[in-house]
Amino acid sequence: MTFQSATNEAPAQEEIVAGIRARASAIRRDALKMVFEARQGHPGGDMSVADILATLYFGVLRVDPKAPRAPGRDRLILSKGHASGALYATLAEAGFLPAEMLRTYMKPLSMLNGHPNRNYVPGVEANTGPLGHGLPIAVGVALAGKIDRAAYRVFVITGDGELQEGSNWEAAMAAGHHKLANLTLIIDRNTLQQGARVAETNDVEPLLDKFRAFRWDVVDVDGHDPAALLDAFAPRADRTKPLCMIAHTVKGKGVSYMEDQVGWHHGVPTQAQLDQAMEELSRT
Amino acid sequence: MSAALPPSSNLFDCRDAFAAALDRVAERDNRIVIVVNDSIGSSKLGGFRKRWPERTINVGIAEQNMVGVGSGLANGGKVPFVSAAACFLTARALEQIKADVAYTNANVKLVGQSPGVGYGELGPTHHSIEDMAWLRLLPNLAVVAPSDPWETAQAVEAAAAHEGPVFLRISRFGVPKLSRPDNARFEIGKAEILREGADVAIIAFGVMVARALEAADRLGESGVSARVVNMASIAPLDEAVIRAAADLGAIVTVEEHSVRGGLGGAVAEVVVGYRPCPIRILGFPGFMPTGSPKFLFEKFGLTSEGIEKAAREAISLRSS
Repeated sequence: MTFQSATNEAPAQEEIVAGIRARASAIRRDALKMVFEARQGHPGGDMSVADILATLYFGVLRVDPKAPRAPGRDRLILSKGHASGALYATLAEAGFLPAEMLRTYMKPLSMLNGHPNRNYVPGVEANTGPLGHGLPIAVGVALAGKIDRAAYRVFVITGDGELQEGSNWEAAMAAGHHKLANLTLIIDRNTLQQGARVAETNDVEPLLDKFRAFRWDVVDVDGHDPAALLDAFAPRADRTKPLCMIAHTVKGKGVSYMEDQVGWHHGVPTQAQLDQAMEELSRT
Repeated sequence: MSAALPPSSNLFDCRDAFAAALDRVAERDNRIVIVVNDSIGSSKLGGFRKRWPERTINVGIAEQNMVGVGSGLANGGKVPFVSAAACFLTARALEQIKADVAYTNANVKLVGQSPGVGYGELGPTHHSIEDMAWLRLLPNLAVVAPSDPWETAQAVEAAAAHEGPVFLRISRFGVPKLSRPDNARFEIGKAEILREGADVAIIAFGVMVARALEAADRLGESGVSARVVNMASIAPLDEAVIRAAADLGAIVTVEEHSVRGGLGGAVAEVVVGYRPCPIRILGFPGFMPTGSPKFLFEKFGLTSEGIEKAAREAISLRSS
């Protein structure tokens, strides 16, 4: 894969990784400001998925904000639609939305609903929100690509608690059966769901074994390390199966008082907490 | 499972017209694919699969995934016809229909096969007498129940040409070919007046339309003039035709569906805000006992006699 660049020479890997880190920091800060101003949102999940989104949009996806529905584009479906703050901030960073629109997040009549709507927001691929919908939709897009022998790739991000929804396993079975090598699932494995640890609620482990059994390739990756993510996302011509990437993450990543705290699934920072978060994130 | 229609019958299984029409549109438009839940045979799509195996996606017994996959195929530029028994398609995957198809406004065609009590003796788990109530609430989704083979074929063509989601309700219960003028045409959202009349309006969809026409014949024999309206589209709803029916002062609705929330409810919603009049709502009152479709229609008054009786009752209640 060659990464898009303004020059004819591909930038060095370190340069790309540094750029992704800067984007991820900006995405986190924007998402937190959006939650603060909207007085609601899902900051814990926004923070855990930020590096994955930044790596995809600034290192992997072949998408064009000027042609958001170009037939040959890569698709990214955010199945955990409650992380809309991070998604909108990413789309603004990538040029799909004007940055000032982020201030309307969840305000009356805003295009930026609490869960994304593709008919309102360019770059959004699926109207997610109810969990367990993104993977079946991604399987459908991947099937369309396979029928057309198209070059595009399909990426879908789910939460880990989300895997308790049975529809994911219907879709996982179909993806394995159809050998959808153009499909990559990224599990944002932050180990927390709304009310408690995933392991205490309805444990999804052993995840690697489950997806192997459903005839997927599987890989563990540090979901906060852009270099490792880029490596895992690199296309492989010899791939014959869908790829499940278990991205180990920390809920609330980057904000000390939020990290690994179940209470920050929802939650709105105070002004002092926001200031502290901005300070901490500016150092990342 | 209902027995196949005898070859000598003048009655038609609309699934045949569906499959033939789908072949015709698929020949012209290679974006058309089918998505099924091991429902090739019950959807009569064996010919399609044989001809276009690469355009046939069988997800197995997994309705939630089936509808999500349909939405994804539409994202990828395909025009999927997602075809399965109406009971499983609409009940098991209702959230996917709401979010992935209707709210997304995805170009997905949902095909509910053998709806109503088409599976007769198999019982209420396999009946689909709630689907029209559930689906007509969903914005963007056109909900269409054709009445005979001609209209089935027309509806398939219209669904393929329509940019946006459509639900087609395709019945296996034998129906006659209805007589129509040569210039008849089908349009999503438009009711069809099959018989003019001045005393009462009978509004029906699907397999009940032929029975409504028979009832109008019976009423005519005693000098009662009944208008017969084929309301093939439940959404969008042809409200002008319903208001014109209310002007007659007496309405009967007939549907192979629950008496709650379907055609009767839709008609009542329009009439009550315009010119309230008596409406007799014929359909099924609850979970059905064991019986064939024919038996259940007779037991619950979904016959020409039952419709005739209801029409006389509605007329007798009309304020003069």
